Amino acid sequence: MSTSKGIQIILARQLASCVAMPILLVDAEGTLIFYNEPAEAILNQRFEETGEIPSDEWNRLVAVADEDRNPVQPENWPMRVARLQRRPVSRTIWTRSGDSGWRHLQVTAFPLVGEGGHLLGVMNIFWEI
Amino acid sequence: MQVTLWGTRGSLATPGPDTARYGGNTSCVAVRGREGTIVVLDAGTGIRRMATTIDASVRRVDVLLTHLHMDHIQGLGFFAPLYRPDVEVNIWGPASIQLSLRARLMRYLSPPLFPVSLRELPCKLHLHEVPCGEVDIGEFRVASALVCHPGPTVGYRVSEAPGKVLTYLPDHEPALGARAFPSLPRAWTSGGSLAEGSDLLIHDSQYTAHEYPNYIGWGHSSLRHMLDFGTLAEVNHLVPFHHDPGHSDADLDRLMAEAIDDAKPAYRVTPGREGMTFAL
Repeated sequence: MSTSKGIQIILARQLASCVAMPILLVDAEGTLIFYNEPAEAILNQRFEETGEIPSDEWNRLVAVADEDRNPVQPENWPMRVARLQRRPVSRTIWTRSGDSGWRHLQVTAFPLVGEGGHLLGVMNIFWEI
Repeated sequence: MQVTLWGTRGSLATPGPDTARYGGNTSCVAVRGREGTIVVLDAGTGIRRMATTIDASVRRVDVLLTHLHMDHIQGLGFFAPLYRPDVEVNIWGPASIQLSLRARLMRYLSPPLFPVSLRELPCKLHLHEVPCGEVDIGEFRVASALVCHPGPTVGYRVSEAPGKVLTYLPDHEPALGARAFPSLPRAWTSGGSLAEGSDLLIHDSQYTAHEYPNYIGWGHSSLRHMLDFGTLAEVNHLVPFHHDPGHSDADLDRLMAEAIDDAKPAYRVTPGREGMTFAL
C-alpha cells in the first residue's frame, strides 16, 4: 500500500484550488507540496511543471526581504516559523523569484495540526499590497 | 476470507417490499478468516442478524466502526456478543478532537437513547481509537485512514496472507472540492491508497450523478464518482454500497445498469445486496 496525503492536506489543497488568494502548502518536513494558480505568479513557476519541491531547493528559488528591503533568512520566513514553532505568523514582506520584480505582500502562515497534536504541514496565504 | 453483507442501506433503515432485494438494514459487513477470526465492519442494524451466526464457541470478535453516525452504530446495542461474559469484544473507531471513542459511544449507549450503559455490558470490552497505523487482528492485517466524510471517519483495508485485500469505504466523498474527478493521483485522493489494488472494494454509492449536486458536502459519492474511484484505485471487483433510502429495488436495478453502461469500468461490479457473500 502506498502512502497517501492526510485527508486534512487533501482538503487544504482542494480549498486552495478553489480560491483566488495565492496559497502555498508545505508538509511537516518543509517540502513545498502544492501551490495554487495565483501563487504561481509569486514563485514564477507552474506547479504542473515543478511538482513538489524539497525545502532546500525551493528556499533558493525565492528571495524574501522585510519592509526595509533587508534580506530575511529562510529560518525566519513566516512558513518556517509557523512550522517549527507551531504558531501562526503574519507579517509584511517583499519577495522576488527568478527574474520577476519585487512584490509587496502580506503573508499569513498557520500550522495545520491534526488529531493527537500531530503536525501535518503549514498553509501560507498571501495578499498583494 | 469470506465477506458477507448484512446491511447495505445508507442513512436510515428502510424495510419494506420495495427494498427487500437490496435490503433495508444499515451498514454491516462480516469478514471471516480461514482461522476463524471474525471482523465486523460497522454496527448498523444489520449487525443484529449477523450476530446470530456467531457460534457459541467464539471467544473474540472485533467490530470496526468507520464513524459514529447513527446508521453505523444503531445496531451495536443489539449485538449479542456484548452480553456474553465469555467473549472479548474489541471495538475500533475514531475519537474526535475533544472526545474519546468511549465518551462518544456512551452518548448513544446510555439513557435516554438506550437503556443499557456501555459500562454495564458483561462482555470483556476493549476500545481502540483509529487511525492508529496497521494492526493485526487474528490472521488479518488492518490499516485505517481518515477519509472525506463529515466528522472523524475512517476507511479500512483488511488484508489476509497471501495477499487478498478487502477495502471498506461505505461513506466517502472523494470528489468533494474537485473541479473534475478524478484529476489527481491516488496519493492526493481521499481513500486512494487504502483502496489501491483491492481484490474487493465496498464503496459508497448513495447518489446518482443527477442527485449529487444537491448533496455536495454531505459525504457521499455519486455512482459515477464511485466507478471512477474504482478505476483510479485499480480495484479488481467493486461492490456499490450504502444505497440511498429513497432508492427502491427497481430504482437501483436501473440506476446501477445505467451507471455501469455509461462508465464501462474495466473491473467487475456487483451491486451490494443484503445476504451476499464474497470469497476472496
